[in-house]
Amino acid sequence: MAAIDVEKVKNDFPIFDIKVGGKPLVYLDSAATSQKPRKVINAISKYYKRYNANIHRGVYKIAEQATEEYIKSKKKVAKLVNADSGENLVYTRNTTESINMVSYTWAEQNVGSGDHILVTDMEHHSNIVPWQMLAKRKGAILDYISLNNEHSELDEESIETQLAKNPKLLAITHCSNVLGTIVDVKSITRKAHQTGAKVLVDGAQSVPHMPVDIADIGCDFLAFSGHKMLGPTGIGVLYAKHDILEESQPFLGGGDMIKTVERQDFTPNDVPWKFEAGTPNIEGGIALGVAVDYLRKIGMGSIREHEKMLTRYALEKLSGIDKVNLFGLPVERIESRGGVVPFAINGIHPHDVATIFDSEGIAIRAGHHCAMPLVVEILKEPALSRISFYLYNNERDVDAAVAAINKAKSIFKIQ
Amino acid sequence: MDLYAEEIVSHYEHPHNKGKPRDANTNYHEYNPLCGDDITIYLKIEGGIVKSASFDGTGCAISVGSASMLTDLLKGKKVGDVEKMGPKDIIGMLGIDPGPTRLKCATLSLKATQKAIFVYEKKDASSVSKDL
Repeated sequence: MAAIDVEKVKNDFPIFDIKVGGKPLVYLDSAATSQKPRKVINAISKYYKRYNANIHRGVYKIAEQATEEYIKSKKKVAKLVNADSGENLVYTRNTTESINMVSYTWAEQNVGSGDHILVTDMEHHSNIVPWQMLAKRKGAILDYISLNNEHSELDEESIETQLAKNPKLLAITHCSNVLGTIVDVKSITRKAHQTGAKVLVDGAQSVPHMPVDIADIGCDFLAFSGHKMLGPTGIGVLYAKHDILEESQPFLGGGDMIKTVERQDFTPNDVPWKFEAGTPNIEGGIALGVAVDYLRKIGMGSIREHEKMLTRYALEKLSGIDKVNLFGLPVERIESRGGVVPFAINGIHPHDVATIFDSEGIAIRAGHHCAMPLVVEILKEPALSRISFYLYNNERDVDAAVAAINKAKSIFKIQ
Repeated sequence: MDLYAEEIVSHYEHPHNKGKPRDANTNYHEYNPLCGDDITIYLKIEGGIVKSASFDGTGCAISVGSASMLTDLLKGKKVGDVEKMGPKDIIGMLGIDPGPTRLKCATLSLKATQKAIFVYEKKDASSVSKDL
């Protein structure tokens, strides 16, 4: 596995030419959204300049070209996550829409009053709220797998206890956007399937950062976002097993999702098109394919190794600073930790920390990270600061973060 | 640009007018979901004048520092003048524009103050300036 040449990679990302308040941009918020390589940006304008046409219907050259590029993108994404074919991938707007699509299609048909839906205490709001809404619609019960005493990973006993309630669905994150904890979704999927549950994996923080193999995990659904993996915003992916897509009712009705329409009824289109009503985000789909090309050229294994190295480096550096609290698994458990480093400085509000980082040209996230049950109820913090990495970060970025922490401490006179 | 000037940090570390007073005749609680800032403003209004102002709660340095500075500033002011205050006055008070996102933290205590006045005057609290 080749080490990533970060300087070379940075040159592929035009945004790193900018200055923030006269300082070079240090971008440490890729868990929120990734930066985009020039090839992805160019793919969007190329579509509009050279072959802008609606897909599926046109018989003329540029319409055929647009359709071909859009379908090709799905094949590339399918290959990236080892989905058996692009036909099992539905393009959505983002992870959130992918999860909501499952809740309004398969779950709408299969979850009833008194049924259990199982999530975990590590979920992003996008994998909580759709299930709360479903539970309200259906009179179903929403259960949570709790965290261990260190609040760093799922509690093994709680997994057993909750699965014993025979949930209809387990909706679970692959990698926590707050803690960075990587869940062994393969093993938990096997356990859930033994109880008869379907399994939805939220891959928003895993697919962009590590090799993810749907066939190996064995999950029924996988949701992820294009914009976190070098693609544009407004394009997301839902993978579902073919028979589930076949049996599920459509979500939105309209053009493209039908074969025929009569005055009183319609025949839905084939999978996956029956879930893509209306003109889709064509340029987003095409550009996502280009983003996948870029990622595969670097190699997902290399990206994972690079982020492990940076996370280890950051955990070691930050743990040496007084009054800095770190959350998540310890450095010895780096194999189960993604490139996410949440921290708090005693006596300084995380938003003040982020604003001081910003004054140094460093972008980090502060807040509840769209995971209020975890941050507020379990970790009992009003908010956390979070550093997160991607392939364009290096040790110098961590050093800049360390300097900014020391600056914050000096402003607030914290020793 | 130095948002965290000595003065605001000092107000954050040693806030003025902090605590719930006994003689206040109106108060209002505001919450800023961005930072989780949680500020209640207490006012004693007499004859159209703010006689005393204090605050309670927790938050970031910008919201707590601003609340401390604002409650200093309010004392002796005419209620009508306080009602007319806006983001510009807060920027003037801080001596720096904290930028669009953090301005919400800075103006939180003014928003609570104006709502406290409206409650006292039995006016609709939703008529507070949308800029805050």
